[in-house]
Amino acid sequence: MSRHRAVRNLDYDEVMDEFEENLEEEEENRLLMEQGVADVRDALGAEAAKVTKTQIEEALWHYYYDVDKSVTYLTTKFINPPQPKAPKPAAPKPTGKFIIPLQAMLPHELQDSLHWAEDNRDGLGGRASRLTGFRQDHVGFRVPGSSPSYPLPPVCLSTHFHDMPWGNIPKGRESILIPPVVPRCGLLGGSGAPPKMTKLQALAAARKKKAQEKTSEQEVEQTRTQMTGLSVSSTPTQKENTPLSGAFSKRLKTSSSTAQGRVPIIPTEPRSESEQSVEPITKEPEVVAEPVQVPPVKKAQPSAFAQTLFGGPTPTFTIQQDVVTLGLAPSVLEAFSKPSPDDIVLAAQAKAGKKPPAGQTKKSKLSTTNSVTSSVAELKIDDTPLPKSRNLNVLSEFEKSTQKKNASFVVVGHVDAGKSTMMGRLLLDLNVVDQRTVEKLRKEAHMIGKSSFALAWVLDQRTEERSRGVTIDIATNRFETDTTAFTILDAPGHRDFIPNMIAGASQADFAVLVVDASTGAFESGLKGQTKEHSLLIRSMGVSRIIVAVNKLDMVNWSQERFDEIKDQVSGFLSATGFQKKNIAFVPVSGLHGDNIVKRSENPAVAWYTGPTLIEELELSEPSARAMEKPLRINVAEVFRTQQSQVTVSGRVDAGSLQMGDAVLVQPATEKAFVKSLLVEDAPADWAVAGQSVVLHLSHIDPIHVRSGDIICDPNKPIPKEKTFNLKALAFDFLMPMQVDVHRGRLHAAGKITAMPALLDKVTGAVTKKNPRLVKPGQVARVRVELDDQVPLEAGQRVVLRSGGETIAAGLLE
Amino acid sequence: MRFASRRQTVASIDETEGVELIITDPEDLWHANNLIAIGDIVYAPTLRKVTTESSTGSTSTQKVRVELAVKVTDTSFDPRASELRVMGTIVNENEIAAVGQYHTISLKYSDRDIKFTIWKMQGWDSVARSQLAEAVSETANKDVVFAIVMQEGVANLCLITQSRTVVKQRIEHTIPKKRSSRKETEGGMSDFYGKVLSALLAAINFNDPYSRSGIPKQLLLASPGFVAQNFRAYMKEHAEKKGDKPLARLAKEAAVVHTSTGHVHSLNEVLKSPEAQATMRDAKFTNETSMMDSFYQKLRQDDGRAWYGVKPVAKAIREGAVGRGGGVLMVNSAFFKSMDVAERQKYVALVDKVRADGGDVRLLSSDHESGQRLDALGGIAALLTYPLHDLDEDDDDEDGAQVAGSAAGTTII
Repeated sequence: MSRHRAVRNLDYDEVMDEFEENLEEEEENRLLMEQGVADVRDALGAEAAKVTKTQIEEALWHYYYDVDKSVTYLTTKFINPPQPKAPKPAAPKPTGKFIIPLQAMLPHELQDSLHWAEDNRDGLGGRASRLTGFRQDHVGFRVPGSSPSYPLPPVCLSTHFHDMPWGNIPKGRESILIPPVVPRCGLLGGSGAPPKMTKLQALAAARKKKAQEKTSEQEVEQTRTQMTGLSVSSTPTQKENTPLSGAFSKRLKTSSSTAQGRVPIIPTEPRSESEQSVEPITKEPEVVAEPVQVPPVKKAQPSAFAQTLFGGPTPTFTIQQDVVTLGLAPSVLEAFSKPSPDDIVLAAQAKAGKKPPAGQTKKSKLSTTNSVTSSVAELKIDDTPLPKSRNLNVLSEFEKSTQKKNASFVVVGHVDAGKSTMMGRLLLDLNVVDQRTVEKLRKEAHMIGKSSFALAWVLDQRTEERSRGVTIDIATNRFETDTTAFTILDAPGHRDFIPNMIAGASQADFAVLVVDASTGAFESGLKGQTKEHSLLIRSMGVSRIIVAVNKLDMVNWSQERFDEIKDQVSGFLSATGFQKKNIAFVPVSGLHGDNIVKRSENPAVAWYTGPTLIEELELSEPSARAMEKPLRINVAEVFRTQQSQVTVSGRVDAGSLQMGDAVLVQPATEKAFVKSLLVEDAPADWAVAGQSVVLHLSHIDPIHVRSGDIICDPNKPIPKEKTFNLKALAFDFLMPMQVDVHRGRLHAAGKITAMPALLDKVTGAVTKKNPRLVKPGQVARVRVELDDQVPLEAGQRVVLRSGGETIAAGLLE
Repeated sequence: MRFASRRQTVASIDETEGVELIITDPEDLWHANNLIAIGDIVYAPTLRKVTTESSTGSTSTQKVRVELAVKVTDTSFDPRASELRVMGTIVNENEIAAVGQYHTISLKYSDRDIKFTIWKMQGWDSVARSQLAEAVSETANKDVVFAIVMQEGVANLCLITQSRTVVKQRIEHTIPKKRSSRKETEGGMSDFYGKVLSALLAAINFNDPYSRSGIPKQLLLASPGFVAQNFRAYMKEHAEKKGDKPLARLAKEAAVVHTSTGHVHSLNEVLKSPEAQATMRDAKFTNETSMMDSFYQKLRQDDGRAWYGVKPVAKAIREGAVGRGGGVLMVNSAFFKSMDVAERQKYVALVDKVRADGGDVRLLSSDHESGQRLDALGGIAALLTYPLHDLDEDDDDEDGAQVAGSAAGTTII
């Protein structure tokens, strides 16, 4: 019959009758009680004053009005108590069974709260009784809930703990003790201080802590020496040396040593608190002696019920026996009865939260099988090994290293200004590409009637780029001079590929603007991408620009033409915001190589005495690097290599990283590990801000990484945003409209939803609120809403485009 | 959509009888969605889940076809499936459900004609009437256009109908760039084209009511650079290989349009293109697109004749500046959708005033690209007959504090 039915079928009359009967009995009992009390008082005589009436009544009730028994009880209990007030068990009976005062089994916090509860019992009876109830629930025996001051009886729990090494309760069998929700402040809200400790408690706690620190240190050392002496190969202890547990402990070690919990295994419970709170118990001496004292008795198979309650029979028990029969010194046993050094080290690591020096931890083969098997069962194991970290201090490594300075520059300019050809020439003259390759390209180019494109083909490698004769995507290449390692980013000039150009410019320290000097071409370029590109690189934060006046051989190296172009371009550039000292002009011929690497031998250029392009490049100082900041890498490209399915290239915008590091990929918020990395195309152990890197990632699916994503520090991830505010400089009219948002490789669709304020160009003060329209040249605060979440951070520079035009650029707020 | 009764016209609406309409096309559901406002009563055949309890206490549930009238509390429209769900409380007495219970009527195009009736509790105002007129009149041109707006690694497969644009599918594909070998980049591109093509073929299904004889009227391929061109070449090659004649014809007739990006909002560049104009000359959206363009043009001139946003436009209309001789009020069809009665009446009054003044009122489809642009402007915009300035100088005077507060900013950008 279900409970509902039972309630429904309840006969109220019957119940009421019973109740009345009880009332009658009650009356009877009361009379008996009064009689009894009087008798007891008589029997006790003078001592009667020492006991209260309630106590007498209670005793009588217990012994069912047996006056004699009550008197004896009262005498022993209250009048001449053997241990007044606190009749704790004198000592656990040395029977080989564990007898533990209940409180000792509880973790510190709970004990504290118990004390607290006892202190406050009068005020918070309900809570106190709840607490006692809690004890009962978790330990599995009953304590009279109504009288919590009742001494906690000694409990025999040998059945519960017989097969466990002392103090190392396997995870699966630990009770989960949830500290009760205790109000933070005092009863009347007066004090926010933690519950008061008695002096004695404080002293005990201090002593305990001290001892704990000391012993844990000693134990590691001791065990290590003992372990070296212990070389019994056939002992059952070997059982734990199975590949599984070995791998597990290794993994466990790496998991906490990397401090970010970056392992694909998921421990079910945090192991710090509970472990530490159990530790003090390990110091009780009888535990150590235990295996020696116990005669090895064959135990009967526990019942099915017991097995479900306490877990099946475990090998640990037999292990202990075997250890004994092997006649090992008790000191060895002692070592194993305590938490394994591994655990201690792990606990210490968890406490310190720091990476341990590699190799310091000596692996103990003897962590409890129980805990291992139960934990392993709960774990998901990815069997590819995690990349090992060398735990370098990257910044100091960087200071020590005597690398050349790194600089990257982007080559921009109007379409067909000769950017790629000039860079091809530069690489050829610096012997980065050999003459033979160029000859081969020349032959190929000649075949399709484009022989003048041969040098450009050094960089333009895609079939499409070659057949159409335009650069489509940025090409990266590297060369070194005596002082500097340069990265070339050859940007496309065609207006359709400006997103790619923005991607290139975002990785650059400075820019080379290539201007076509031939008649008509310069003028059309100035209206076109010469202008747009210089606006873009300025708004991407590039402040130094070298203007290469190209194809000057077409106008017979006319100085007039050069000066005319110089005037116009420098006027335009300083209007854009470049400082005069950061602009340099070099007359060059990309196709023939004049003034690029070698000074021109053409007498027509004798009027030019300034530095060549390569000399100008070397004069340029790379911009300051934000190495101390959290890691940010702008993913430029994602591709597949033999080393990794997910290989990304990009520039480290801020921070540093090293092999083995865990990183977070935004906006997917997926964790990955750096298996290995290349810096400037050479294998390296670490990289810092400003370097172009190639990362081989592991433990991540390729679908989570796209170009335009940001790889960042998992501890300080870059936030994902859908809407953002922007301090924008308008190049065109701005109104609420649909825009494309560019940041590096990122190219997202969005719309301007609001323009909260027009700002003063210099002071940044609000000059007008909610303008209807922002005119070109004005600075405004603009709110942009994106279609998808995108990793964005204050201080980043973004470009807004619409309908194929750059309409604004700005700084994220 | 058409009236159930042949004698019924927009002018002869009997407010008490309600308007009985028949859904004849998937597009009609979009119109119905615009037409049905919160508070209206909609009567339509629907399925209701009925639970019966036997004497032994066991229960059985079955769906019963009934005709229910609900007082609308909310509607939701799934543009891809063309399904309209009308949520509300039941108002008619019936055998299976109590009055006042909630019910959702799901309206979906099927081979059978679906008849439904609308009562407007506040009466059929001018906006509702013009929406209804548009819904029932639209039978002439049912051409649809497929447009694929793409760039390297991203493609949006869009279906452009008379009244809306549906992004059928968005395809994303990571393409290895220059770092990897040339072969891989090209392989990546052709993988990408393959994905786009299969999406396209899935969309132009022979059973799809949109496509006559399996081929849409027009296919527009739009992209910056050469992506669209190359995709067309890929289509041709694929059709040749498979001997797929319809696909070959589709590829041959496909028009390549240049856009600046591969995002959906580049569709306005597509719609402006001569290729699209040729196909959909009389289509509503092409007019809307050019209207929005001219509005932006006038806004750039900043001569005080183009205004957007609720407050300035309302002010201008009250002054009578949107009237005869070039005054145009543009309102998004979704603008009225979520308003309460009082608010709606206010804006309907504005619309009526513009009409009375001799101005032009255009209800733009909010699901077209032009409507999206208007939406960014707050859903309402107006071209004035004469310049008015300072319409946005509002009465709110909280400026002072904020100006002082943000003065600490550094030199910017």
